[in-house]
Amino acid sequence: MKSIYENEMNLEFISKSSNEAFARISVAAFAAQLDPTIEEIADIKTAVSEAVTNSIVHGYEDTEGIVKVHCKIIGNSIIVEVSDTGKGIENVEEARKPLYTSKPNLERSGMGFTIMESFMDEVKIESIVGLGTKVTMKKLIKKEEVTQEEIEEVLSQIGKEQ
Amino acid sequence: MNVNYEEKDKLLLLEITEEIDHHTSEKIRRKADYEITRYMPRKVVFDFHHVTFMDSAGIGMVLGRYKMMKMLGGSVEMINVSPMLKKVFEMSGITKICPLKEVS
Repeated sequence: MKSIYENEMNLEFISKSSNEAFARISVAAFAAQLDPTIEEIADIKTAVSEAVTNSIVHGYEDTEGIVKVHCKIIGNSIIVEVSDTGKGIENVEEARKPLYTSKPNLERSGMGFTIMESFMDEVKIESIVGLGTKVTMKKLIKKEEVTQEEIEEVLSQIGKEQ
Repeated sequence: MNVNYEEKDKLLLLEITEEIDHHTSEKIRRKADYEITRYMPRKVVFDFHHVTFMDSAGIGMVLGRYKMMKMLGGSVEMINVSPMLKKVFEMSGITKICPLKEVS
């Protein structure tokens, strides 16, 4: 298979909660090639953890299913798609609201989508009741460009010290 | 989780030693609830010094303990919260009821 992206990878695993750590660590390792900061890596890990947990807790509830994580690198951005073929979300707008949870008895905070939205640059939720849910998240890894002026300034400082 | 109870101040210190997500939070909350009912403290302090990752499951876990402590007439505080964890906690507003303290 030839990818049309700069890089691409797929993960598939069964909906066991112990795979939440596996998924976020794998995506973080894949994202590392964009040379992100520690904070950017933490943002990606947290967002992936939220999306995968949603698939396991809400998509499949107590049943076993497959969670798919598809990652692509385009330029300086990483795109992460987390999908399941679980029960789907009836009202996506409601699910997006901070503090909304369909399972308050499980001590879920209702902050999942809010965290994904604030930690990533773009979040798209597609869901069909009875068929499943796909969450697509994009994050631009900011590159710190060093200008020629900054290089010269550092060089002249070194010159003065000697 | 490391547990330390100070009888003098009726303070229960719970030092979490693992990443906090949906998977691990179930075990953490069971252990915390066990220690709270065992000691009946006036204050519970969660120490996050060893926590390298936390998602929204951490908010639910602390909030649940807060509700329990409120019923017992006590309070909950959090210490050694890294900037990454702080970002998650502050998003939910939980820090208004379970304050972050600088110490140790």
